[in-house]
Amino acid sequence: MKIRRRTFLGIAGLSALAVAEQKILGRVAGQGRNEASPRATGSQTARWAMVIDLRACLEKEGCTDCIAACHKVHNVPDFRNAAHEVKWTWKEPFERAFPGQKSRYAGQALQGGPVLVLCNHCDKPPCVRVCPTKATWKRADGIVMMDWHRCIGCRYCIAACPYGSRSFNWLDPRPQIRDLKADFPTRSKGVVEKCNFCEERLAAGKPPACVEACPERALVFGDLEDPASRVRELLRSRYAIRRKPELGTEPEIYYLV
Amino acid sequence: MFLFEKAVVGSRRYWSWIGILLALILAGFLFYLRQLHYGLGITGLSRDVTWGLYIAQFTFLVGVAASAVMVVLPYYLHDHKAFGKITILGEFLAICAVTMCMLFVLVDMGQPMRVLNVLIYPTLNSIMFWDMVSLAGYLLLNAIIALVTLRAELKDMPPPEWIKPVIVVSIPWAVSIHTVTAFLYSGLPGRSFWLSALLAPRFLASAFSSGPALLILLTLAMRRLGKFDPGPQAIQKVSLIVTYAMIINVFFLLMELFTVFYSRIPEHMEHFDFLFAGSGGQTMLVPWMWASVLLAAASLVLLIVPRYRKNEKILAVTCGMVFLSIWIDKGLGLIVGGFVPSPLGAITRYVPTLPEMFITLAIWGVGFLMVTVFYKITLAVRESMEALGARWS
Repeated sequence: MKIRRRTFLGIAGLSALAVAEQKILGRVAGQGRNEASPRATGSQTARWAMVIDLRACLEKEGCTDCIAACHKVHNVPDFRNAAHEVKWTWKEPFERAFPGQKSRYAGQALQGGPVLVLCNHCDKPPCVRVCPTKATWKRADGIVMMDWHRCIGCRYCIAACPYGSRSFNWLDPRPQIRDLKADFPTRSKGVVEKCNFCEERLAAGKPPACVEACPERALVFGDLEDPASRVRELLRSRYAIRRKPELGTEPEIYYLV
Repeated sequence: MFLFEKAVVGSRRYWSWIGILLALILAGFLFYLRQLHYGLGITGLSRDVTWGLYIAQFTFLVGVAASAVMVVLPYYLHDHKAFGKITILGEFLAICAVTMCMLFVLVDMGQPMRVLNVLIYPTLNSIMFWDMVSLAGYLLLNAIIALVTLRAELKDMPPPEWIKPVIVVSIPWAVSIHTVTAFLYSGLPGRSFWLSALLAPRFLASAFSSGPALLILLTLAMRRLGKFDPGPQAIQKVSLIVTYAMIINVFFLLMELFTVFYSRIPEHMEHFDFLFAGSGGQTMLVPWMWASVLLAAASLVLLIVPRYRKNEKILAVTCGMVFLSIWIDKGLGLIVGGFVPSPLGAITRYVPTLPEMFITLAIWGVGFLMVTVFYKITLAVRESMEALGARWS
């Protein structure tokens, strides 16, 4: 086919117009989506957070449903070796999760009782501050993300995290995944990983896997920007603590005691 | 290329030394290939102790690199003639130490083939980015300075004028490399062992004692093996630097101990408890840490009493003690001690594995090989100058 100069220019011009139009339309459509969201504040983005009811969490003794659900949907390897363990969420004795809150005379919930811990998705995350390649970053909605393809495995973020929430793949994790889920990426050896607040499920309009799995509904997930949300309601009506708030990292996981 | 032809002629002893180093490097390299294939799980590192021998060596060697400034500054800024013969040795030592630092960081990376991501996505808020910038800059500065000054010496001419500002820049730059390295650790909110404004000054004081101590040992070795003449005053002057720096180093450590133990804040005390008394049944570093303390105390006595310091045989032993004491403190205790207990209070055992030790030894081998070659070149240049001088006179 022979294309004359004039025809070519015409097509090129039209294509450029089409691209520009798509961009403008896209932007308008994006705004429309935000306005259409049922949020009373009219704020542009959400600020995701989790509230954990420690007493409700203790109801079913030895329950690890949330952890199992999380590790299953995210292809978290099971190394069965404490040194090389990879974990996104797990339970710690109360005084380990809250070293500043030790009290000899506290009841069972606040002494020795298991506390579910995960990435705090800090508002001022030290891990993001130290990463030399921006392989970990904070999204506008507060989720601290990881790019497993960019991570160089220097483990500076692990040194920076005051909560021990990050795991390193000391060995190839793939052979250690028991039940491979095809819809979530696996990781390679030599990179850091951690809880992603189920951003892939949020994108599909679903709550985090741990929240869904909890039989006692002890985990509440929601948007702090929305004053009518359940998380805001709980934080208004009940006393909540956060892990190491004195460090100024502004954790967004709240614990009801 | 850069006088390397002078490094390929040598005695049988020279070549057997080179052979030993090459064998060491080869062994470590094979272990490194294994680590690349298997993962960093081949080391003794774990979930809670995520940095160990590699990063500790890196930290220690940044100090050795920075310490070149202790001969460069008096010689170039104050025209301190006593250092005329050994300044170039200090600069070469810095080049070797920085190279070792870079190798130690590289072998510690989980994905070393992605190292250029640090340049592709420069992140100004990351201290690691700045550490890379300062180390690379320091390597470049010292390479240029050593090359230009040695070339000038070979031609029996004063070095060109333009090198002076480069040398002046290299002086604060040397301080910067160890300061930025301290910032890697002292700016982390959850690691109370490192969370001290005194960390950078402590790093510098320990660097300025251990580095010059090594320089004295190397100079003495060269005088013995290669008939190198450091000049009458050089070694004594450097030993004075070692003395003052070691006093300041121990003083800083005592300052740290006072604040930690008088305030009695548990999370600050726990790390020192672990290092010097052991905790949770883990005492692997206790004998090392006390050895470091005893070596430091004994070396202080031997440095401060002029009679001992001026006896070169005793001084050599003292310098070895200073070097070893600070190597234990920074090359073992400082990094591991920062990770134990973990922010969640876990006490974890860390013992380097055999592959980890071989890889570490290999990088030290690379350093020694570079030192040997560079010093050999320097010696050859000096010898040819003397031969020339003899012919002309």
